[in-house]
Amino acid sequence: MSNDATVALKQSGSSPAPRESHARNWRGLGWGFIVKLMLMAIANALGITIILAAYNVEAWVILGASVVLLIVADLIYFMKRTLPLKYMFPGLLFLFVFQIFTLGYTGYVAFTNYGTGHAGSQQQAVDAALIQDERRVDDSPTYPLAVVRDGDTIGFAINADGFVQVGTEEEPLAAVDGAVVNDSGTPTEVPGWELVPRADLFSDQALQDAVVSLRVPVSEDAEDGSIRTREGATGAIYTSSLVWDPDAQTLTDTDTGVVYEANGEGNFATADGAQLPAGWVVTVGFDNFVKAVTDTALAGPLLKVTGWTFAFALLTVLTSFGLGLLFAIIYNDQRVKGRRFLRTLFILPYAFPAFMSALLWRGMLNREFGIVNDWFFFGADINWLGDPMLAKFVILWVNLWLSYPYWFLVCTGALQALSTETQEAARIDGAGRWRMFRSIILPLLLVSTAPLAIASFAFNFNNFTIIYMLTEGGPPFPGTSGLGSTDILISAIYSISGVDGGVADYGLASALSIVVFVIVGIISAIAFRQTRKLEEI
Amino acid sequence: MSAQTHTAARRSPTRRSRWWGEVGWKYPVAAIIIFYAVFPLVYVVSASLSDSGSLSGSTSMFSDISFANFQALNETKFWTWVGNTLIVGIASAFGAVVMGAAAAYAFSRFRFKGRRPGLTTLLIVQMFPQTVAFVSVFLLLTALGNVVPALGINSKIALICVYLGGALGANTFLMYGFFNSVPKEIDESAKIDGATHSQIYWQLIMPLVTPILAVVGLLAFISAFGDFILAKIVLVSDDQWTLAVGMYQWVSNQLTSNWGLFAAGAVIASIPVLALFLALQKYIVGGLTAGSVKG
Repeated sequence: MSNDATVALKQSGSSPAPRESHARNWRGLGWGFIVKLMLMAIANALGITIILAAYNVEAWVILGASVVLLIVADLIYFMKRTLPLKYMFPGLLFLFVFQIFTLGYTGYVAFTNYGTGHAGSQQQAVDAALIQDERRVDDSPTYPLAVVRDGDTIGFAINADGFVQVGTEEEPLAAVDGAVVNDSGTPTEVPGWELVPRADLFSDQALQDAVVSLRVPVSEDAEDGSIRTREGATGAIYTSSLVWDPDAQTLTDTDTGVVYEANGEGNFATADGAQLPAGWVVTVGFDNFVKAVTDTALAGPLLKVTGWTFAFALLTVLTSFGLGLLFAIIYNDQRVKGRRFLRTLFILPYAFPAFMSALLWRGMLNREFGIVNDWFFFGADINWLGDPMLAKFVILWVNLWLSYPYWFLVCTGALQALSTETQEAARIDGAGRWRMFRSIILPLLLVSTAPLAIASFAFNFNNFTIIYMLTEGGPPFPGTSGLGSTDILISAIYSISGVDGGVADYGLASALSIVVFVIVGIISAIAFRQTRKLEEI
Repeated sequence: MSAQTHTAARRSPTRRSRWWGEVGWKYPVAAIIIFYAVFPLVYVVSASLSDSGSLSGSTSMFSDISFANFQALNETKFWTWVGNTLIVGIASAFGAVVMGAAAAYAFSRFRFKGRRPGLTTLLIVQMFPQTVAFVSVFLLLTALGNVVPALGINSKIALICVYLGGALGANTFLMYGFFNSVPKEIDESAKIDGATHSQIYWQLIMPLVTPILAVVGLLAFISAFGDFILAKIVLVSDDQWTLAVGMYQWVSNQLTSNWGLFAAGAVIASIPVLALFLALQKYIVGGLTAGSVKG
């Protein structure tokens, strides 16, 4: 019956019967359509706001990406043929921006010198060099000056030969109409700005500091210099003695005649090696990777860190799997009473949030006041977290505490799923307990748990939380690497990257991230073959 | 099996020693395991109730019972952090469920060009954890923050967006498998009755896949709750911190004097998690083993 119906449907679909007009299908605007229209209106409003904001701060890449994404979104939701994309677009949007882009960008940064001292374009570096070098030119004119404010922003109003101009740190000087000046030429009224009385400058130390360090650019071009003041009543033009020649790519110091030339490494340097502090981002090829293995201060510690990363991940999986399996075998026994109760207590550490466990153990293992030294070692002074070997042991111990319950649960489940027939057959053939375990139970168990073990290895390979919360990578290695004996690769990347403050080296950190990606990719490929997930698609 | 229990129950002297050899020893061993598992948890409860609130004062367990540490929490930013954690966790769980379910529906029900490559790409992308790319997450948010402050460093919205970026890769497969187990005949019959694709999705499929929605939501919440590295990079000022960042700060700065606060906070924050875990124990065990015995 149903077969006939599908056949009939197919026939009617393929036969060139006269099509009904679209108009006759019209059932009015559905609620769904109105909701969609409203959502799209919000999305477009947000998108356009972002585009305008990007235009204002001249962020061209973000502007371009937002325009493209907004157009794509509108096309997808107002076209008929893009049905699957209507369901996938929101997820894909986040996936592209916050995952795929960041992965790709890591790959790009790894080949640059991005970091402290190399943070922007060459033009920005030139501007920074000019600003850092600015000083007052001896014969430069001074202008009557008043300090003005607009909310929290302070600025200068100067009287340049009868024309009042106002500027702030962000906004270069611009003429204002309708300003009033007094007899000595100092502006006393500036439309749109509130004048700061001179008395305030003397009484408010913070304001005074802000005024003295304020630099108001004369124009958008850093070479024109800036207006600064020493006392808040007169302003003078400060300019740099450096001159930028874009064609020759040189900065020349007009006072001393020293020529700084742009080199391929993103710095301005003289022929004899002196450098200006400001640099810019350039691609450096494989330099970061080479540095990681050849730099004398870094290569040794990094090698140790890599070794410990593998050891930590492997030992964690082995110990917690082993302990969990042992407990599972012991208590997967019908004769033990209260197994539900025991199991609940056994897995409590797994239910306690992991980051809190690490912090809790950090306190318990404290050298002076911790309960472990106090209770179990009779007040001995054991430096659990400060000794390289003990700290490693502690990390494995705490991670074992956190993760054996997982393996206990997994192994219990897997044991219960094993067929009892094979085991009975082995028992009848005279296999002892050990023989049973080694030849029957373990191989069967590994079939189902090996993929989980690989996943657990990959997870622990990047288990930043436990390392950082327990020891912060310490105790530190001797030397200047900034790494420590319990650092794993990801926590080493964290300290090298400097995202937490300090000297940043995004390039080197990203290069190491790429190394981690390659390792994790290989591990996942192995797991892939194990689970044959691809065939399931 | 039951015969064995029966004989053991009779307890003649030789039987009894056999019972000890095979079963009885498991009880003292269980006591040791329980001590290992539970001691730190008992200790944190005792430390939270200790009057002094210092690390050295909490080594004598349960010597005094006071709620001073819990009261002291009110003078810290603890409850702000709880609120932040809930906001970030719930928003990223909700987003992960909505976006993951929609994508899984598309992959499961529509046949379109690029479906198989799309699934394969997702599978490959999810192997590379976002946390390892934290440097470029930081740089991306710094750049975005210049344009839209709400998407920049020190914004919870930005952190939620970062978590949502990892949502599709992590959850689509879990949901895709579940969606495939809902028979297609259901939506085909609805289609013949004139239902649109969105009606089928919202009114037919969604109610049928509620269990997996709950699982994915819970997983996303737990991973946002436990995440440390991204939260620490993104959230800078202490009124934006999540619990993980805030409590880390307590323990890393002046551990000895903040210990009571940490213990009280840990007790409060972990009780709901423990309760949820124990209530759902059956399902969690089932879920773990379902995943493990499949291969």
